[in-house]
Amino acid sequence: MADAAAKTDPTEAMIASLEMPSGTWVQPLREDALARLRVMGLPQRRDEYWKYTRPDTLTQPEAPHAAVLDSDEAPMFGDVERLQIVFVDGVFDAEASDDLSLEGITIERLASADSDLHWAKNVYGVLETRGQTPVARPLAALNTAFATDGILIHVTGKPSKPVNLTYHHKSESSDAILHHCIKLDEGTELTLLENGPAAARFNKVLEVEVADRASFHHIRTQGRDHERRAATHIFTRLGTESAFRSFTMTVNGVLTRNDCVIELTGDDALAHVAGACVGDGDFVHDDTVFITHDAVNCESRQVFKKVLRNGATGVFQGKILVKAGAQKTDGYQISQSLLLDGDSQFLAKPELEIYADDVACSHGSTSGAIDEDALFYLRSRGVPEGEATDLLTLAFLAEAVDEIAHEDLRADITDRLGAWLQRHRG
Amino acid sequence: MLSIKNLQVKLDDEDKQILKGVDLEIKGGEVHAIMGPNGSGKSTLSYVLSGKDGYAVTGGSAALEGVDLLEMEPEQRAAAGLFLAFQYPVEIPGVGNMTFLRTAVNAQRKARGEEEMSAAEFLKVVRAKAKELQIDAEMLKRPVNMGFSGGEKKRNEILQMAMLEPKMCILDETDSGLDVDAMKLVSEGVNALRSEGRGFLVITHYQRLLDHIKPDFVHIMADGRIIKTGGPELALEVENNGYADILAEVA
Repeated sequence: MADAAAKTDPTEAMIASLEMPSGTWVQPLREDALARLRVMGLPQRRDEYWKYTRPDTLTQPEAPHAAVLDSDEAPMFGDVERLQIVFVDGVFDAEASDDLSLEGITIERLASADSDLHWAKNVYGVLETRGQTPVARPLAALNTAFATDGILIHVTGKPSKPVNLTYHHKSESSDAILHHCIKLDEGTELTLLENGPAAARFNKVLEVEVADRASFHHIRTQGRDHERRAATHIFTRLGTESAFRSFTMTVNGVLTRNDCVIELTGDDALAHVAGACVGDGDFVHDDTVFITHDAVNCESRQVFKKVLRNGATGVFQGKILVKAGAQKTDGYQISQSLLLDGDSQFLAKPELEIYADDVACSHGSTSGAIDEDALFYLRSRGVPEGEATDLLTLAFLAEAVDEIAHEDLRADITDRLGAWLQRHRG
Repeated sequence: MLSIKNLQVKLDDEDKQILKGVDLEIKGGEVHAIMGPNGSGKSTLSYVLSGKDGYAVTGGSAALEGVDLLEMEPEQRAAAGLFLAFQYPVEIPGVGNMTFLRTAVNAQRKARGEEEMSAAEFLKVVRAKAKELQIDAEMLKRPVNMGFSGGEKKRNEILQMAMLEPKMCILDETDSGLDVDAMKLVSEGVNALRSEGRGFLVITHYQRLLDHIKPDFVHIMADGRIIKTGGPELALEVENNGYADILAEVA
């Protein structure tokens, strides 16, 4: 590659700035991803799926600096019995991590999984590749090519506790690329928890292969670091009667782009994806979801709620594609924003593309302010304005938070959202 | 208790005078009723007293136990002991009725410098009071007023009143949308709260509510003023002859 080209072509400039880790089975998969990336090129403002969110700080070679958050809030999931795996600025921290053995699953690190006949060969970059059409996701290809580490989990049973990936951000200039793969065998179950600010800039891919009758739960919290930039992707493929449930809480962050690409390939499968985000000021949060129904009698549900104030921006791009033959599809999509002032904005692009004739798909997108009548009603009962506003705001977020099945975690997430609202009153 | 003097109010965003000098004095233990034709300013009076946005006070005063109400925020008026039972109770999706009640009770206690009610104590009290109003556990669990019938909403208003124990209760057309049985139930709830230290202002179109909640005084309001005051017999006169005679009499 010529240096001159690197200077003019942002994709080549980015590639030149990175070093591809060496590996055994993963090597050809990385090379393939690099080739995909070169064909696609990194995202630009003119790309259809990047017109609301500026990609430049995600695609420039140097990660913009991000201050390290000093918080005295209790760590998330601290009360949950779990197997914890810790990454600091994208680097595995063996000291802080639990022993990686747990009955019903095998856990390995991408950086050290070097057996030639690795199961992850059929997952790593594979689901990502499937998710590149019809919409290109170059940052995910970049991740597959250059991820420095990640966790590979093969689920063969029903482990007694969730796996918790905890991230810590300690360096102002860290630029982390992690790639996790999870394969759930038939009839198995896993709950994955993710929390913590990961790095100044974070590019993460999570690929989840869910076999027939298997069930995957994912609860993730992003925040509270203010200056981070993150691009995350989830790629999942679902077998017959399987279930995928993912909830994300996002607080703060100058730029967070969460892509979720779901393929329902077995009959009677279920996919629920939800997000609750709160942003104040210099904040852009983008949920981009693509759900493909390619089997009979599957259910998908998207519930995204955003609370925005002081010029914060929320983006939602959600698509349901129902292929010919995917009869009895039940698709639901709701994206709503609560604008706490006149300066904030919510940009939504709901899309339905349906080629089957016996389906029920509904979608709705709204943007609104606090209900003045409800606010007065609460105040007339003695609830102070700030508290009443918080109560109504939490009620607005509740439809998304209620997607979390685990009662204690739901309560914990609600408390944290409540605490954020209290800190950010107008 | 409640002292309203020459209260004048116009709408915020249009130059329309709604109240043109209302005078009303309610003492502890008294029940006053206000009747009057549509558009006479009855509901405006209740909203202005409770602090709803959209109205501008252009003259006069309103005080609760000597404290100026009009300068206070709605929540401060509530903590001072004012309660408005809404004509149209608001539905609040996502906020549980129980959470709402407990938040309100404790917010008022906090504002008055009193100790907050514990979850267990609150539960005990609310269950007992709900039972009297035939409000079941299911209704307490649901979001505020969501999916409630007209009667259930009004009973829920009275439950709030019972929990908050205000000094001055304003009931804005609490009888609207109620069948005979529901009206009886709601009235019993109100009557149970009648006491020496508590005043009531009952706004209604119909005399029949006053068969259940017996007023000490009845006021007729028209065109932003109280034009006639009398005893319970005045309500019967309205019921029998309408407002025309009274309006003609004072004109």
